[in-house]
Amino acid sequence: MELHDVWFVLIAVLWTGYFFLEGFDFGVGILTRLLARNRPERRVLINTIGPVWDGNEVWLLTAGGATFAAFPEWYATLFSGFYLPFLLILVCLIVRGVAFEYRAKRPEETWQRNWETAIFWTSLIPAFLWGMAFGNIVRGVKIDRHFEYVGSLGDLLNPYALLGGLVTLTLFTFHGAVFTALKTVGDIRVRARKLARWVGLVAAVVALAFLLWTQADSGDAASLAALIVAVVALVAALVANQLGREGWAFTLSGATIVAAVAMLFLSLFPNVMPSTLNGDWSLTVTNASSSPYTLKIMTWLAVIATPIVLLYQGWTYWVFRKRIGTQHIAADAAGTAH
Amino acid sequence: MDLALAPETLARWQFGITTVYHFLFVPLTISLAALTAGLQTAWVRTEKEKYLRATKFWGKLFLINIAMGVVTGIVQEFQFGMNWSDYSRFVGDIFGAPLAFEALIAFFFESTFIGLWIFGWDKLPKKIHLACIWMVSIGTILSAYFILAANSWMQHPVGYKIDKVKGRAELTDFWAVLTQNTALSQAFHTLSAAFLTGGAFMVGISAYHLARRKHIREMKTSLRLGLITVVIAGLLTAVSGDTLGKVMFKQQPMKMAAAEALWDGQKPAPFSIFAYGDVDKGHNTVAIEIPGVLSFLANDDFTSYVPGINDVDKAEQQKFGPGDYRPNIPVAFWGFRWMIGFGMASFAIGLAGLWLTRRKFMLPQHLRVGDDEVPHLVLFKNKALSPKLTPWYWRIATWTLAFPLIANSWGWIFTEMGRQPWVVYGVLRTRDAVSPGVSQGEVLTSMTVFTALYAILAVVEVKLLAKYVKAGPPELTEADLNPPTKIGGDTSDADKPMAFSY
Repeated sequence: MELHDVWFVLIAVLWTGYFFLEGFDFGVGILTRLLARNRPERRVLINTIGPVWDGNEVWLLTAGGATFAAFPEWYATLFSGFYLPFLLILVCLIVRGVAFEYRAKRPEETWQRNWETAIFWTSLIPAFLWGMAFGNIVRGVKIDRHFEYVGSLGDLLNPYALLGGLVTLTLFTFHGAVFTALKTVGDIRVRARKLARWVGLVAAVVALAFLLWTQADSGDAASLAALIVAVVALVAALVANQLGREGWAFTLSGATIVAAVAMLFLSLFPNVMPSTLNGDWSLTVTNASSSPYTLKIMTWLAVIATPIVLLYQGWTYWVFRKRIGTQHIAADAAGTAH
Repeated sequence: MDLALAPETLARWQFGITTVYHFLFVPLTISLAALTAGLQTAWVRTEKEKYLRATKFWGKLFLINIAMGVVTGIVQEFQFGMNWSDYSRFVGDIFGAPLAFEALIAFFFESTFIGLWIFGWDKLPKKIHLACIWMVSIGTILSAYFILAANSWMQHPVGYKIDKVKGRAELTDFWAVLTQNTALSQAFHTLSAAFLTGGAFMVGISAYHLARRKHIREMKTSLRLGLITVVIAGLLTAVSGDTLGKVMFKQQPMKMAAAEALWDGQKPAPFSIFAYGDVDKGHNTVAIEIPGVLSFLANDDFTSYVPGINDVDKAEQQKFGPGDYRPNIPVAFWGFRWMIGFGMASFAIGLAGLWLTRRKFMLPQHLRVGDDEVPHLVLFKNKALSPKLTPWYWRIATWTLAFPLIANSWGWIFTEMGRQPWVVYGVLRTRDAVSPGVSQGEVLTSMTVFTALYAILAVVEVKLLAKYVKAGPPELTEADLNPPTKIGGDTSDADKPMAFSY
């Protein structure tokens, strides 16, 4: 196994971490409209991810930075090629971050309602766009001999990629719902479970269709194994949710995301961005990667830093392990007291 | 194509706008994290309530500010791929690594511990909660170092080789990239300037309250802390600026010649106070100068030779082929001066303030005040600043808040524009760095979107800051004064509201 293969795996791990963690952040953001019935309930939802969403988002920054360092060609083609979708994602992430931090900083109803609306849309849009982007990466796009993307925006809106967008959207919403059931107490917890059942069923249908399509297009034995794990985990998550085993339901919905992302990367390997114009122009782990020296430096970084990050980030979840209900939300909506 | 709207021009404008904007928040984040941590440490050690109130007050302003710093930083990382894909292809092997280090080491640190600090008041024992803000502070400084090392590599590329077959630059010595003198002096200079910014921010806001005789206990403490920070950081900024200048004279002679509008090499070279140049003819039509000072700035020697713009231009033409190797001279010249001018002005006001508000044991009995009174501004022995001047001093102190922000912005504009036409000095030209596949319409769209979004957010942020500045330090509650003893919070009352919630 060469270093660039190792880095292909590590990039996959970083994206997996990002989708696992910010997946439920996006889901909770979407649930502020689907589940919460009033302002206190919306605040309960927002506060389940309050202390952790920012740390979860760093997985994206790390995935981006690591792709830049380990596969500069991939980073360059991807971000210049999918220009407008990424612009939209960036705008959403900017507004979303500010919305979380500023929502409670003023007492006026309009102010808070506007930021709440912003949280909903800026969670929903990236949740869809990430699936669309990865759908296009796996399917392949028009890349010329200079590794430049020469397709149009319309080319990115193909049925397969749009279905991919629906997969991430429904899967993240389900993931967010079982996370909510795990992290809340009272009426909202019961309703989160109910909602998770329906969203999970939709997600299962959409995901199965998309993953089978992927398997038919570019799958092999390994990706088939990942597909089976993903589907079984999703069904098991639904069962666990039905039985009220919230910890298991969350673990399994997370496992679904891990297996689905693994399946995409397995069907991608050894390409990182296939060209639909000519197989020779595809970006691969070999022609898109950095020099062995850079990869070695990066490997040292990953080996030393990643476990430490997992340790203290995991500790955060331990510190904030208590469930939240409407009774824990202070009555002064202004948030000015502290 | 209209040159004013060429993708390269638009991409440069976008980089300039997003970078300067991002850097309005960065220095405040770096310095306020440490200053808030210092105040909280004072609270933990002395248990004086004024320190806790001050911690909560500055901490709140710090949080409003860091939110903007974090979200605008996301754009910075992905902009290289979106607008500068050929740059990313050519130097990603080198430039990507510090960015990955920054994310994996610094960003995780900052964002995880800031979450713990914001929500941890009633979940963490006092000392662990305090450790969190120190972790945030360390994270901000590490983050600054990695990104400045990356920028320094663009100013002065080291530890690399050009692979002709692959047509790219490759890393050969990562340690050299991280520890070259350009990176060390740039980090030293930028971090000093960051603390100058935070100090001035504290001085300005404390002065605003003291002039109105409000929150005197907390604001007196904050004023002194701010003033001391301004003076120390101001000194360090000047010293490190001189060091960085000398490094640049050697590594980027064109940038420094442009900073001085020195067209032709001179021995000894003068420092220009004011110049108006005729760029087409390559000389100044008006110039006011101090003889010999530029020689000293460049080489620590009042009589040495300093090459001029025209000399460096000729040398670079011989080295890199025909072309115009001159940056925008007026921008470099005036940017350099605005940076120094506003930086030094904040330092001078800080120094004056430190003297005027000096400690009570140095003052005669009738000029001393108690803890709850606004300090007299004492000029020299037995003599207070006249009542006419006093309100003006508080007013000027308030304005100082903006000076370092202006200096910082011009500092970046100077150093980045002074490098042109190069994006990596002597290795890659800016025009060869843009994304060839991205259309004019796409860059125009993103530039418009970011500029509009940033403008709206600026208004929101400034209004919010103003609201919390006016509100002053919060009243303390029972929960504030009785922090939990166990991690995860005390379980005496399971239904008690959270100390902080969004």
